[in-house]
Amino acid sequence: MAAEYQNFFTRVQVRGPVHMGPALAPGTWTRQGKPFFVYWYGKFGDAQIGPFYLGFLGLASIVCGIIAIEIIGLNMWASVGWDPVQFVRQLPWLALEPPPPEYGLSLPPLNKGGWWLVAGFFLTASILLWWVRTYRRARALGMGTHVAWAFAAAIWLYLVLGFIRPLLMGSWSEAVPFGIFPHLDWTAAFSIRYGNLFYNPFHALSIAFLYGSALLFAMHGGTILAVSRFGGERELEQITDRGTASERAALFWRWTMGFNATMESIHRWAWWFAVLCPLAGGIGILLTGTAVDNWYLWAVKHGVAPAYPAVFPSFPIPGVSQ
Amino acid sequence: MSGSSRRLLGLAGLGAALLLSGCWERPPVESVQRGFRGTGMVHVANPRLEAAKVAANEAPESSPRVAVEPGTPLARDVYKNVKVLGDLDVGNFTRLMAAMTQWVSPEQGCNYCHKEGNFEDESLYTKHVARRMLQMTQTVNSKWQTHVGATGVTCYTCHRGMPVPQRIWFKDAEGLEGGVFAGWRYGQNAPARTAGLSSLPKEPFSAYLLGNGEIRVGSSKALPSEHVASIQHTEWTYALMMHFADSLGVNCTFCHNAHNFATWDGSPPTRATAWHGIRMVRALNNEYLEPLGPTYPKAALGPAGDAPKAYCATCHKGLNKPLYGAAMARDYPELLAPIPVVQRAPAQTVVPVGTITKVFFVVGRSDLAGEAIETVDSTAKSLAANPAVKVAISGYADKTGNADKNLELAKNRAFAVRDALKKGGVGEERITMRKPEFVIGGAEADARRVEIIVVE
Repeated sequence: MAAEYQNFFTRVQVRGPVHMGPALAPGTWTRQGKPFFVYWYGKFGDAQIGPFYLGFLGLASIVCGIIAIEIIGLNMWASVGWDPVQFVRQLPWLALEPPPPEYGLSLPPLNKGGWWLVAGFFLTASILLWWVRTYRRARALGMGTHVAWAFAAAIWLYLVLGFIRPLLMGSWSEAVPFGIFPHLDWTAAFSIRYGNLFYNPFHALSIAFLYGSALLFAMHGGTILAVSRFGGERELEQITDRGTASERAALFWRWTMGFNATMESIHRWAWWFAVLCPLAGGIGILLTGTAVDNWYLWAVKHGVAPAYPAVFPSFPIPGVSQ
Repeated sequence: MSGSSRRLLGLAGLGAALLLSGCWERPPVESVQRGFRGTGMVHVANPRLEAAKVAANEAPESSPRVAVEPGTPLARDVYKNVKVLGDLDVGNFTRLMAAMTQWVSPEQGCNYCHKEGNFEDESLYTKHVARRMLQMTQTVNSKWQTHVGATGVTCYTCHRGMPVPQRIWFKDAEGLEGGVFAGWRYGQNAPARTAGLSSLPKEPFSAYLLGNGEIRVGSSKALPSEHVASIQHTEWTYALMMHFADSLGVNCTFCHNAHNFATWDGSPPTRATAWHGIRMVRALNNEYLEPLGPTYPKAALGPAGDAPKAYCATCHKGLNKPLYGAAMARDYPELLAPIPVVQRAPAQTVVPVGTITKVFFVVGRSDLAGEAIETVDSTAKSLAANPAVKVAISGYADKTGNADKNLELAKNRAFAVRDALKKGGVGEERITMRKPEFVIGGAEADARRVEIIVVE
């Protein structure tokens, strides 16, 4: 019989005494806050909120993050003349733009890309501090550091886009603006400038891992939900009650495609697919402009891009700069 | 809640979401393959919206051309201050003026450019602008066939019955600098109407359609070379291209191949037409439209104090061929004509070409007397003050008496005037003797004359 209380559609929510977690090593910060329960949080995850471990790294990361977001947000607000209505209406279009190309890697005036550098510094500091925090918290619980390294893969892509590639190109202007639509326009312009990023093999790899991640996520999520009626989502029962949920989940895939992942391997697959997506993407971005200037012509040169038959009549190409 | 009402609510929610998103176009959408299969070389159109476009882009009917008889006077003989179309016969000149009124100022009429009851008056700025626009039209049709082909343009191509064409551009008053301390935008990062409501630069025209900014950003080499173009530079080009697409009602692949925008291989020939179009608009803005700035009243200028200028949308108005390619200009050959000399010596404002001075004679006589001496004297003085002016002299006689004698008489009268002018200090090289087509006129005193015509 399925344990109804552990299902999303449950009518009852079982609560035990608050769980404070294992004791921390002496000399560290303590966990803050008196834990409490939120019924609706229990619908989506665990109903118990807190205690929260802030720590020095967490505090520093949040402070740096707030500084970065304030610089970005206040610059956006200033760009609409401090009009609160226009700030809200135009928000998706607003941005903090990197310096113009004429400044190269030198320090531009504050209001001509200088704020972008300052915001970038604090945002990067905040992200790196948060990374150390994920690493240290995992160690404090005696866990592996898989989450930290997956996060590091995303940070790699972020740093390539905003720091490493601009450094190699010798210009801050190569970096991405902070803004919702502007960073998308940047992406499209990046592909146009470098002869169509679809011909960049690392871009292709990155997309394969991205779509692969989505596929694996769907397969895994679907499988576990499908066996939740046998308690498949409850680890302890899977281990002790072999032959019920976990066994059926494995059998389903063996019958469907002749091969099945194990409870351990499926998570390793998912982890690698997710991590390789930004790793390959970062390599692709890093090579663009530094090693390859036109990906289409590069692909033609190496026999990657096909030659299409001429459809349009030939015509004299105007101009000489062609 | 019943199933059907829940479904209804869901549909209403979906509808509201689509309405709120504001960028949704109701189907059907038809795509037509233009290039090789599977390469995405397709033209996308919505036939429902196409009907409205057809109605909004109908070319007006041309009035029939006026037949030209020998001896029909030229516009410059009949009207004063005809500076561009002076060599056009007066019948078709009037026809064109009437057509221009219908094309540009149907509500305001002739008086939009002319002072009421005084065609020669030069006080209205609109007359000066119209003159320049006529010359611009002639330039487009004769020098830019690489873009307009044999179809050509008329005033109507841009104006469509409006004194100021609906789609024109001005320089961005905000510029590329920002506020003092924060809020720098670099001319972008705001909803840009000219760039499909994206956050791309909102005014790429000063850089590319007035200035000579390099539009090409893609490299022609696979590996890094001397070619430099930043991503921000690319965004400016991108914004201009969005304007192209919007103005012509097409997508990128109307001109570019789908795999690499920079390479010409596999691009439709329309790309070459567009390439010339960019150069044409650049030339028109620099030679005709921008220099008109001082001519306009302040209210007609843009926020940065500059003259209104043209871009793709000014003529195209959502179609890849303005007015669906209607060849209106063919019905007005004076708009296709090679440009008459625009530059004229300053003296001509005092003695315009075509000015005729008449010297009258007594019956049967070829010597100057009385008023005639005064007329020749003042003409000689005027010619001395305007050394660049050249004249032609034609003698006439009335029809009474022997025709041969009359011809001789007319010739001698012309010689008498020539000699008097020479005596008055006018060099012989400035005088041409011209035998008129009809030497013998009526019996009136008016026929016994010599005409001094300013020819240069």
